[in-house]
Amino acid sequence: MTGRIRLVAQIAAVAVVAALLGLLGWKLTQDGSEVTAQLDKGGAPVAPAFTLERLDGKGDLDLASLRGKAVVLNFWASWCGPCKDETPLLQKGWKRWQGKDVVFVGVDVKDFRGDAKDFLARYGVTYSNVYDGKGSTVGRYGVTGFPETYFVDADGKVRYRIAGPVEDAADLDAGIERALAPA
Amino acid sequence: MRAAALAVIALVLAAPAGASEQRPSAAELESELVCPVCESTLDTSNAPVALRMKAFIRERIAAGDTKSEIKASLVDQFGPAVLAEPPKKGFELVAWLLPLAGLALGVIVVGLLAWRWSHARGGDEPADVAEPLDPALERRLDDELARYEP
Repeated sequence: MTGRIRLVAQIAAVAVVAALLGLLGWKLTQDGSEVTAQLDKGGAPVAPAFTLERLDGKGDLDLASLRGKAVVLNFWASWCGPCKDETPLLQKGWKRWQGKDVVFVGVDVKDFRGDAKDFLARYGVTYSNVYDGKGSTVGRYGVTGFPETYFVDADGKVRYRIAGPVEDAADLDAGIERALAPA
Repeated sequence: MRAAALAVIALVLAAPAGASEQRPSAAELESELVCPVCESTLDTSNAPVALRMKAFIRERIAAGDTKSEIKASLVDQFGPAVLAEPPKKGFELVAWLLPLAGLALGVIVVGLLAWRWSHARGGDEPADVAEPLDPALERRLDDELARYEP
């Protein structure tokens, strides 16, 4: 009887440890980004899929629907200081690249919808923007701060990333050219 | 009488909770909500988004919103992770049940160990065996007892 209790206790202990390790692994795969890890190794990871509410009120935007075009994916928030400096540069870039198989998409993260809409109106932003208040994309892309910009090619693979604000037009254009270059 | 007393006690205990729900203070809400960027409670954070959330809470209190309404509004914007305490429903219920399950498991384990320990001790000790009395002494005891019987 004592031996059986000990065996059950040992199995239970091993099961609990295995469950905790599984939970840790799951958490790491959710938060730890394969995108940034593969980019750092010179790879071209697939851009994590998302379907998010558009801030212009025109339904949802599915990233997969943009296949065939290069995508400039900019993560921002209205409360983020450097985002205020960067946005006019992105808007000018959008005007410059519009109609050249390039799409700009802003992802407003961990923010109030109302604040985000005010921000876009204040800076006269005309490219698409989606709302991710819960920050569901942050971990999957490996966003480390705001703003952060990912350049996705026509096949949906991330080619380049700028952590922090895009400093100037040359930076932006270099990223877009990488996304447009043949794989 | 006892029921009435219990009802009074329940009312006394429930009154502050009701007042807090209807007229929450900014301080209590800030201690019950988490900054989504720094993941500490709002009252301990000065991150830009936390400052914005604090301002929102004050605006909504001034507008007469209840505590639940303010929390629901923030959950709608930032998701349930903004609550310092997980909701007692859905998957988040696990966060409440797991410690209780752990406690129950601990009680069972301690109980089993105590049971095993007490039985092991019982087995080691020699059983109490009554020594047979000397027949003369037994006869004398019977006589003495007979004297006290009516």
